Amino acid sequence: MPTIQTLYDAILNGNAKAAKEITQTSLAAGANPQALVDDTMIPAMNEVGRRYEANEYFVPELLIAARAMKASLELIRPLLSARGAEPVGRVVIGTVQGDLHDIGKNLVGAMLEGAGFEVIDLGVDVSPEKFMNAAKEKNATLIALSALLTTTMHSMKAVMEKLKESGMRGKVKVMIGGAPVTQKYADEIGADGYSSNANAAVALARKLVAA
Amino acid sequence: MHPLFKSLLAQKPVLTDGAWGTELQKLGLLPGEHPDFWNLSHPGQVSEVASRYVEAGSTVILTNTFRSNRIALGAHGQDVDVTALNAAGVDISRRAAAGRARVFASVGPSGKMLMSEEVTEAELERAFTEQCKALAEAGADALLIETMSDLEEARIALRAARTTGLPVIVSMVFDSGKEKDRTMMGSTPEQVAAALGEAGADAIGANCGLGIEGYIPVCARLRKATSLPLWIKPNAGMPEMADGRITYRTTPEEFARGSRDLERAGADFIGGCCGTTPEFIRAVRATLHPVR
Repeated sequence: MPTIQTLYDAILNGNAKAAKEITQTSLAAGANPQALVDDTMIPAMNEVGRRYEANEYFVPELLIAARAMKASLELIRPLLSARGAEPVGRVVIGTVQGDLHDIGKNLVGAMLEGAGFEVIDLGVDVSPEKFMNAAKEKNATLIALSALLTTTMHSMKAVMEKLKESGMRGKVKVMIGGAPVTQKYADEIGADGYSSNANAAVALARKLVAA
Repeated sequence: MHPLFKSLLAQKPVLTDGAWGTELQKLGLLPGEHPDFWNLSHPGQVSEVASRYVEAGSTVILTNTFRSNRIALGAHGQDVDVTALNAAGVDISRRAAAGRARVFASVGPSGKMLMSEEVTEAELERAFTEQCKALAEAGADALLIETMSDLEEARIALRAARTTGLPVIVSMVFDSGKEKDRTMMGSTPEQVAAALGEAGADAIGANCGLGIEGYIPVCARLRKATSLPLWIKPNAGMPEMADGRITYRTTPEEFARGSRDLERAGADFIGGCCGTTPEFIRAVRATLHPVR
């Protein structure tokens, strides 16, 4: 089907306008929304991820592809919810207390949205209480923590402790990332996973919500 | 070449300084506390860091103003006099230098991304113009736009900095891609050299990143791509956790050996970024300028 192939290309090339138009046309012509997501859009984002890993794509290409995906998903999601379909997962994301950097966090958020997650972005300088409350209120499956500074990454540990204290730890998975963060640090504070870039974060999030 | 750089580079490479944030933490700055606010609240401690670098042999020192632009200050931007914060940073470094070192004022990134429309070009231009003007009026010898990941933002900052009439250095971070030789946005050293040269930078360079080893080939490629002076300030490797504390594995001696390679690769200004200390500068000086 040529239309589907073009939606694939629209996302791959980060053309949000084309992605939106083709999605509209396809839906009007009776395309199955779930099939559009599963057979075209997610494979397109997977290819974007592959190109990023292969050094053919960099952050700009990643961002515009995620934006095209989002433009298309905004049309499709209401149809899916009307049928009772749930998002892949619900993620509460934020930059930890004391840290004002949000580029990495925004990028991961955009990629997760592109992958079909519902993303609740708490912004920057987020306290452990705020993470815990948002996860509880929104019934999140995953919390994603970001820190850019060696001086603020310790706030991640505080979030883990807060979750344990409040009995929330068993109900939600935690993934962490940011320049100074390592797998070793994730193990040390007892987080469920670490990823070094926005593309790997999507794979990790999928793995964690499936577990 | 700008006359200031010409005179400094009569004896090259010129030794710059090392990290400030970690030094301020040794003097009591708390994790998560904004280091630049110490220019107003703890000027003595900030001055102590500047003096340590001058004593270690830095002939160029920076200012504690990396995050002192209105956008990077975030919510704090409303409560603080941005001009006073920057002026205090220059004043502290100038007094500590006391004629023994030149003061290049540090201008860091906004922390926002143009591409995802978190900030507009006009907002960036306004914030950088405000900061650069304050730094210039307070008596900085040159302006250093550093730790930039996005060439577009770097160009906007450069345009703002040039309105002061001071010489301007623009330094990017190369930490992305398989060979770790690209900026976060995918620009190569060659693209960076061409774009910044065309935009009127007086010197260009690379700082932060993953460590000194990776910056040797980056430096060599920048050297091939431009005749402008090169400014190189690598990290002391990647931060690692050891017993709950953050450490950098590169030793001053290893860093000093790497500085020799940087010199060979064409670096004109050499110093260190995250994880480096006055000890590193002392070791580099002993390696590059043993007779001094």
